[in-house]
Amino acid sequence: MKMRKSMSLLLSGSLALTMLAACGKSSSGSSSEGSNGSKVIKIATQTPLSGGSATLGEAIKLGAQMQLDEQKDKFKKLGYELKLQPYDDQGDPKKGVANAQLIGADKQIYGVVGHLNSGVAIPSSEIYEKYKIPMVSPANTATEVTDRNLQSVNRICGRDDYQGPAGAEYATGKLGAKKIFVIQDKTAYGTGLADAFKKSAEEKGAKIVGYEGITVGEKDFNGVINQVLSKKPDLVFFGGLYSEGGLIIKQAREKGIDVPFMGGDGLDSSTLVEIAGKSVKNVFITSVAGDTEGTETGKKFAGNYKKKFNKNIESYSVYGYDSMGVVLKGLEDAIKENGKKQPTREQVMKAVRNLKDFQGAVTKVSFDSKGDNDFAKFFVYKFDDAKYPPVFDAEIPKK
Amino acid sequence: MLNNILESIPQVAIDGLTLGTVYAVIALGYTMVYGILELINFAHGEIFMTGAFIGTAMLLLLTGFGWVSALPAIVLLITVLLLTALLTGLLGMGIERVAYRPLRNAPKLIPLITAIGISFLLQDLVRFIAELKKGNYIVTGPSLFTHQIKIHTSSISSIFNDASIKTSFIIVLVSAVIMMVVLDFFVNKTRWGMAMRAVAQDRDTASLMSVNVNKVISLTFFIGSALGGATGVLFAVQYGTIDPYIGFILGLKAFTAAVLGGIGNIRGAMLGGLLLGVMEMFASANLSLLTGGVFGAEYKDVFAFIVLIAVLIFKPEGLLGKPVAEKV
Repeated sequence: MKMRKSMSLLLSGSLALTMLAACGKSSSGSSSEGSNGSKVIKIATQTPLSGGSATLGEAIKLGAQMQLDEQKDKFKKLGYELKLQPYDDQGDPKKGVANAQLIGADKQIYGVVGHLNSGVAIPSSEIYEKYKIPMVSPANTATEVTDRNLQSVNRICGRDDYQGPAGAEYATGKLGAKKIFVIQDKTAYGTGLADAFKKSAEEKGAKIVGYEGITVGEKDFNGVINQVLSKKPDLVFFGGLYSEGGLIIKQAREKGIDVPFMGGDGLDSSTLVEIAGKSVKNVFITSVAGDTEGTETGKKFAGNYKKKFNKNIESYSVYGYDSMGVVLKGLEDAIKENGKKQPTREQVMKAVRNLKDFQGAVTKVSFDSKGDNDFAKFFVYKFDDAKYPPVFDAEIPKK
Repeated sequence: MLNNILESIPQVAIDGLTLGTVYAVIALGYTMVYGILELINFAHGEIFMTGAFIGTAMLLLLTGFGWVSALPAIVLLITVLLLTALLTGLLGMGIERVAYRPLRNAPKLIPLITAIGISFLLQDLVRFIAELKKGNYIVTGPSLFTHQIKIHTSSISSIFNDASIKTSFIIVLVSAVIMMVVLDFFVNKTRWGMAMRAVAQDRDTASLMSVNVNKVISLTFFIGSALGGATGVLFAVQYGTIDPYIGFILGLKAFTAAVLGGIGNIRGAMLGGLLLGVMEMFASANLSLLTGGVFGAEYKDVFAFIVLIAVLIFKPEGLLGKPVAEKV
């Protein structure tokens, strides 16, 4: 009877807690006790769980959840109970910021794993900075994410502005390209990528035999392709997105240009294969997302993931897993430093930033002063056949 | 430098003609409507786009049934062309009935705005349907007529390089020429054509001469839209991939072509379209050579439009247009 009474008390207590948390007014909950007397620490994820990119957002969340579940026992010994608090940012900056306010107000949350979209991460992280909550991003590649020098913002993936140089290294190295023709689509992304590639390829001794722009939305690129034809390069680099890239590849192959094509992650889409068809053979793309099953630990992760969630991994699943690993390592360090007492958010934030040589399932992480990962890698994929996804070909470390 | 330009001339001419015929046939739609109503039908580019989608959908459907292998591809294409032309023609008539006829006596600016409204409507409608059916609004049709033919232009003179053409180019060219010749004959030699020219000259007087003005205008929209839709199919066959926004840029260029040739003049539209296509292709292949790399291929539109401005300064009515005498 007594047992039942305490049980009901506990249940109603936790109900009240969740309600408070849901209202974002749990200011009094910071030192509240969990179900077995230990203190509750929550880690939030903020990714799109609905809408067009929900598959990737869900993958990051599940990856993070797996890491958290694996480390629950370790933190229990330290006297804390870990909980995952997923938020849906809907890929929308406004929603991301609103969620960030909720996260900031919930004193039990000590870290955030997210986001998927750089456009959402940038405004949301301003709020995290205000509340001194460390954010570890699995997927945001825009340079501005870390270039604002925020103390709370970290990422384990690479930066956009290194994608061009990584491509150049592969093109001049493994592919041995000496004469390169560069095409770009006059957008911020395309021109930035193409310029970075061009600069770096020239430094590595390749000759740029042509540098031309195209107009987004057009379908006939024969003018530029005729130039490629007359310059006879041994590699064509395209800075732009799959819709124009696919057509350029197709129209070039129709004119008998068989040399390799290369592009950035803007070409990484199944639509590229649909547009270009068989012409997509011998096309290379660089990407910040690695091949999870290329390493032993990655393979093990994929197996466990499948067992736990009955779903196949997505490219970003393991990055969610490793980001959560980074957050929890930082949390653990902060707790130990604080003599096993509950640390402040600021202490956790500093511990995350000071992390060195963290070994995740596929990534190795050491943050520099801006929060970029010193060991971020770039990956080159190759299309061998008219099918998506392309085959993993090489990885290029950041210098 | 001159050698480099000459070398690529045959290929540039072929690619330019392909693009130019597409511009020319779309320009016909603009020029016919303008000639009769003095209305710039900005929805025409979207009718072209709708035609491309209808045609691709039919081709995909027929390929799905496996009829393509049973029928010669050319028969299939002609069937699809005719059906699409019929559908887009009816669509054009419908648009005229709903969006332009009630506003025929309104100030000129009003139907222009409804035209822009219609074009947004069509874009998003097509995008919605495409996304619903395919999950992606960029649609790639079955590849037909991809055979490459080498033309040994180098045997004519050693300064030329060899050129290659796709079979589909010949089909685009032949169909476009047939369409243009038939239209020219229709407008100049038949009774209905005479009625159209009469309405274009003076709507009120034509109606006094027992010409049914509403019918003639409907017919004009039907023919213009049918031609636009058929061109859409040809475009889809030639370039393979389409999206709901192709109508915008192509429509703009075709409108420019119509102005270049003299708006309201059917032969002018054909000439303007071909000229614009060849100029654009020439510029994008040779601009960086001509300017020593200062201006790249991305300035091809600037080049084409500078030519347009130059023509309009010296001949404001366009290349084949007749100066309009002020009616008093």
